Amino acid sequence: MLTRFKGAHIVDPGNINEHRDLLIKDGRIHGLLDPGAVDPEPGIETIDVTGMILVPGLIDIHVHLREPGHEYKETIQSGLMAAAHGGFTAVCPMPNTNPVNDSAQVTRFILERAKEAGLCRVYPVGAITRGLKGDTLAEYGDMRQAGMVAITDDGRPVDNARVMRRAMEYAEGLGLPVISHSEELSLAGDGAMNEGTVATRLGIRGIPNAAESIMVMREIALAELTSARVHIAHVSCEESVEAIRQGKKRGVKVTCETAPHYFTLTDEAVADYDTHAKMNPPLRTEKDRLAVIQGLIDGTIDCIATDHAPHSPLEKEVEFDQAAFGIIGLETSLALSLKLVHDELITMETLVEKMSRNPALFLGIDNRLVPGNPGDITVIDPDKVHVLDPADFVSKSRNTPFAGIEVKGEAFLTMVEGRIIYQRRI
Amino acid sequence: MRFEHKDILDIEALSVQDITMILDTAEGMKGISKRAVKKVPTLRGKTIILLFQEPSTRTRSSFDIAAKRLSADSISLSKSTSSIVKGETLIDTARTLEAMNPDVIVIRHPSSGAPHLIAKHVNASVINAGDGIHGHPTQALLDLMTVREKKGSLSGLNISIVGDISHSRVARSNITGFTMMGAKVTVAAPATMIPKGVESLGCRIAPDMDSCVENADVIMMLRIQKERQENILFPTEREYATLYGLNDRRLKLAAGDAIVMHPGPLNRGVEITNEVANGANAVILDQVTNGVALRMALFYLVAGGSRNVDTV
Repeated sequence: MLTRFKGAHIVDPGNINEHRDLLIKDGRIHGLLDPGAVDPEPGIETIDVTGMILVPGLIDIHVHLREPGHEYKETIQSGLMAAAHGGFTAVCPMPNTNPVNDSAQVTRFILERAKEAGLCRVYPVGAITRGLKGDTLAEYGDMRQAGMVAITDDGRPVDNARVMRRAMEYAEGLGLPVISHSEELSLAGDGAMNEGTVATRLGIRGIPNAAESIMVMREIALAELTSARVHIAHVSCEESVEAIRQGKKRGVKVTCETAPHYFTLTDEAVADYDTHAKMNPPLRTEKDRLAVIQGLIDGTIDCIATDHAPHSPLEKEVEFDQAAFGIIGLETSLALSLKLVHDELITMETLVEKMSRNPALFLGIDNRLVPGNPGDITVIDPDKVHVLDPADFVSKSRNTPFAGIEVKGEAFLTMVEGRIIYQRRI
Repeated sequence: MRFEHKDILDIEALSVQDITMILDTAEGMKGISKRAVKKVPTLRGKTIILLFQEPSTRTRSSFDIAAKRLSADSISLSKSTSSIVKGETLIDTARTLEAMNPDVIVIRHPSSGAPHLIAKHVNASVINAGDGIHGHPTQALLDLMTVREKKGSLSGLNISIVGDISHSRVARSNITGFTMMGAKVTVAAPATMIPKGVESLGCRIAPDMDSCVENADVIMMLRIQKERQENILFPTEREYATLYGLNDRRLKLAAGDAIVMHPGPLNRGVEITNEVANGANAVILDQVTNGVALRMALFYLVAGGSRNVDTV
């Protein structure tokens, strides 16, 4: 079966950036055609995507699918539907489930469930320490064999520098990257939002930038010591961006990601104790927001990930300091990130690097649109103006600060291995 | 002029006119407490719930007495007698109380913003009796009332606030309130107790206590909370008293007719010496007396007959 995507502008960083038609056959990239060229064989399926952008499938390397353990917030099935809806062909679920993904058994369970869902690809991330407790290493070798691709104690830092050092050394030997949730807990304390003018006005205990950047600096020093690959999760502030920039300059194997809320919002969004603007790390100030954008522009920040963190009203419709940290992101990420392109801060090619190519490199996947590679693609309708409405989301949760915001652009079609897993009803 | 507010959640939600109206109304209420029969029928048939989720003696009894002097039926719920300890959410508690048709819910809560959350879910008026480290608007209003009473007006006065600004809801509301009314607020404390960006509330930070109280018309001392010591805010109470305690020497740096305020309860010998607390400049008990009148005024303004009544 041959499928032809007709009329698209293909953006495949470093490979293609022009109007071409793409052919998919038997789940794989078959080849390219010049626009207007005759069909290579009769009876092929044609999908008209005129005016749209076709890119290698978007990959979100930081999501929480909540299964096993917190299925009332999200399941692997609902989370992957949300991912497909948002244009993602692959996601990396974090290990802070219940039970924690710190064993091959749990890794296999996640992959089994993902297979049943039959939607996006799932690359599970395992725990650094058993039970996320910060003291003993989980069985990375065993988990890797089951399909685990990286390790992290996301949601918590690895407090003890010696444990982190050993984890990095051990993981490096297995070729696994270490993802750091960088937070100095003794400094973050019981803070619930960014430390600053807004927190002072609202009487909310603050989390200073240094609670993040100190740990980012520690991780870079440890990566330097161990030669391990370290990836800093959800970078939110100027000092972290700068520390990573310097680390990269020195040749440390450090990469990082930010999330759309960090380049879209500031702590002003907490406004009247809005728990939908509560996440960890917290929304920072305008200076930090601009530094994050600068990091995306100059290449310091490699990836845009969502940190999709579904929570039910049970965790969010409560007192601000009692509310859970985190917001959903899979169904808003593309539109929010496209704003950077519409505002001419980055090119479409750079956006695809942040949301597809660099995440693929992080996972060691070749996702270029060249013959033989898997038919994982995302078609983006870049100019579709619409209002973000949680009622349209397929995620089980609705915890987003972006409800009611007008955006431009969205996913039109998501294809994994030649199968359409999401297509907008025109 | 009409009072347009359903709730009293923050000082900053009020206008200068609103505050003036509240203080004027409170002055009118003050006489009731001096009568032999300290009760008027103004709020007869109104129900006021005092939902106190934090220990409080003075604020709760002040609200309770204020409600009773206006003939409202008041019921007091504390943390131990409410379903909160049984795991009920704050919104459920609010909705349950709302179903009993109260006219006013007064709430004291350890979480900043809790009164705002309740106000979104009930039709009753909500009065913030202190939320976390955010605000204590009725305390600020009674302080404004006390200063206006003693000084005639608020505009142009030098107000010094000394103590743990970071963790004080009284400080936040007072800085905002006094600044709104045209006074100049200066704060002093060890840097560990000055929150980031506090100047955005309208105050100035003094480098030390002496320069803070110099020429002050009003010195407001905040309670040092001993339980906060685990946060490593200062080395010892002895050193704190030396650097930031109000004593006779420092009081002399202030204007001759300066008044000394304290929201209580006092740590005598720590933030304020016994002599100053008992001295002629102290108006600490006037604050308590005015607190009842001020809260009567607020009940009257938000629940008197129909809301938005004209002033007395």
